[in-house]
Amino acid sequence: MALEVMARATAPIPLDIAFRVEPGELLALVGHSGSGKSTLLRTIAGLWTPSEARVAVNGETWLDTGRRIDLAPHRRRVGIVFQSYALFPHMTALGNVVAAMGHRAAPERGAEARRLLALVNLSGLEARKPAELSGGQQQRVAVARALARQPAALLLDEPFSAVDRATRERLYEEIRQLRAHLAMPTILVTHDMEEARLLADRMVVIEHGRVVRAGATADVMFDPAALRAMGLREIGSSLRAVIAAHEDDELTRLQSAAGPVWLPRIDGAPGAPVRLRIMAHDVMISRERPGDISALNVLPASVIAVTDGEGPGVIVRLDVSGDEILARITVRSARALALAPGAACFAIVKSMAAARGDVEPTAR
Amino acid sequence: MDWTALWLSLRLAAWTVALLLPVAILMGRFLAYRRFRGKGLVEALVMLPLVLPPTVFGFYLLVVFGANSPLGQFWRATFGHQLVFSFEGLVVASVIFNLPFAIQPAQRGFEAIPVEVREAARCCGLSPLESLRKVELPLAWPGLMTAMVLTFAHTLGEFGIVLMVGGSIPGETRTIAISIYDRVQAFDDRSAGIMAAVLLAISLFTITVTYWLSARVGRRLS
Repeated sequence: MALEVMARATAPIPLDIAFRVEPGELLALVGHSGSGKSTLLRTIAGLWTPSEARVAVNGETWLDTGRRIDLAPHRRRVGIVFQSYALFPHMTALGNVVAAMGHRAAPERGAEARRLLALVNLSGLEARKPAELSGGQQQRVAVARALARQPAALLLDEPFSAVDRATRERLYEEIRQLRAHLAMPTILVTHDMEEARLLADRMVVIEHGRVVRAGATADVMFDPAALRAMGLREIGSSLRAVIAAHEDDELTRLQSAAGPVWLPRIDGAPGAPVRLRIMAHDVMISRERPGDISALNVLPASVIAVTDGEGPGVIVRLDVSGDEILARITVRSARALALAPGAACFAIVKSMAAARGDVEPTAR
Repeated sequence: MDWTALWLSLRLAAWTVALLLPVAILMGRFLAYRRFRGKGLVEALVMLPLVLPPTVFGFYLLVVFGANSPLGQFWRATFGHQLVFSFEGLVVASVIFNLPFAIQPAQRGFEAIPVEVREAARCCGLSPLESLRKVELPLAWPGLMTAMVLTFAHTLGEFGIVLMVGGSIPGETRTIAISIYDRVQAFDDRSAGIMAAVLLAISLFTITVTYWLSARVGRRLS
C-alpha cells in the first residue's frame, strides 16, 4: 500500500534516487532549488519521464521505463498542490474542487466538494473565484482540489512558499490536523528545514539528484552532512516550554521540564505552550553548575552523543529532561570536558540569544 | 449600394472564419505549448501572408489553383468547374491568406495560460480533450475571439488577392471591396461612398471589440 519511487536521469538534471513512502506517512523531500526534488514530484505525477524510472502505488505500476509502462497524468490517481496553486482562474472555489471529481457520479460531486472545502475551513467561500481569495485561502482550495480525486498519493510542491509567515504557521497547523484524515502516502517538497521538522515523519535530503541522508526527521535534522547539503551554517534545536510570566525587566519566563528559561519579552498569555528555537552555537556546556555567570539560563543536561563535524567543531546532542538540544563546541573543549554519552553537564543559554522569532506557539 | 456584393463578402468571411477556427485552435495550441527545431521557420511561414504583397500571393495561388496545375485539374475532375474565378477558390485563398490573423492571436491566447494550470488540469484527472474544453478554451477564448474577429474583418476588406484569384464576377467573386473599386471606376461616388462607410463601420467595430477582448485577457490572468 506504499508509494515506491525510483528515478535515474542525466538530463536536464542528474538524478539517482529511490525511496518509499508508507500509507499515512508524510515524507519531506528537502533540498536546494535545482537539487531534483520538484523533478521527482513531476515524475510521480507523470508530468515528466526520466530516462529510467519506476513509480508504483499500492502495487499498481504507474511508470516503469523498463517495461514500457507510462500512464498519462490523468490516469494516475494523484493529488498535487503546486507552488503557485495553479487554480483554474475562471472557476469558483467549488468549481475548482468539482473539476477534479470526474471519477464520481455527477449528483454527488457538489456535496462532496462542499465537505472538502469545509475540511480546509473554507465554508462560505465556495462561490468565490481564485482572484477573490487570499493566498492562504487559495492554498486551501488547492489542497481541497488535490484531495477531491481521492488520490492514491498526495504531492505537495512547496505549498507554503507563497504565503506570509503568519499564514504559514496557521496552514502548518491545519495540515497537521488534516493528516488525521489522510490515509495515503504524502510527499512534501520543501527547502525549509523547519517546515520539514514540523510536518514530516521522515526526511530525505537531496543534493545534486542524490540522497544525502534519509531517516526519521529528528535524526536527519541534526546531521552535519544533511545540514551542509541544505547550505545551513548552523543547526538549531527546540525546547518545549510554557509561558510562565512576563516579568518587570522586559523578560519573559518560560517553564521547561528542565527548569526556568528567561528570554526577551514575547507575546502570548501565561500558560500558553511554546517551542523555543535554540541555535547550536548559542549553547555553552559546563560540567559543574556555574556560579557567577551573566547567562540566566542554566539547564541540567546529559550528553546523548558527540557528533564530529568538519574542522574544529563538534555537535553535542544534549538531553534536557526529555527534550533534545544541540550545542556546537570545539573538539578541544569536548575533550577537555571529557564529554561522552551519559555524562552529566549543564547547558548554558544566553537569554539575549533568543529572539522573538525563535518562539512559536504550539498546539498542545 | 451593391447588396449582392455585401452578402457575398459576408458569406466569404463566415466560411473563412468557420474553416480557420479549428486550424487556429490546433496550430495556435501546438505553437504555444511545444518547442521544437524549426519552430521559428513554421511561425515565419504562418506570418508570411502578412508581409507578402497580395498580388504576389495571388499570382502564386493562380499558379497552384490554375486549370493546368494538378490541384486545378483534380478540382475540375471532381467538381466540374475550375477552382480559380469561383467562390470556392476565393474561400481557399482567403483561408490561406488569413492564417496569420487567426493563428497568431490564438497562439497568444494559449500562451497566456500558465503551464502549471494546464498541468493541474491533467493531474485533476482531465483527459487532454476535457482539459481543452473545460480549462484551456475558456481561458484562451479572448485570443480565439480576437482571431475570429480579425479574420472576419480582414476578409471583408481584402482586395488584391480576390481580384487576382476571383476576378469580379457578380454573385460569384465580386466582394464589396471589389464593388467599391468598380463603382469608383464608373464615377458612381454615391454608391462607393455608402459601401465604404459600411466597411469603415464594420472595421471600427471589430477593432474596438478586439481591443476590449485583449484588455480582458490581461485582467483575467493577472
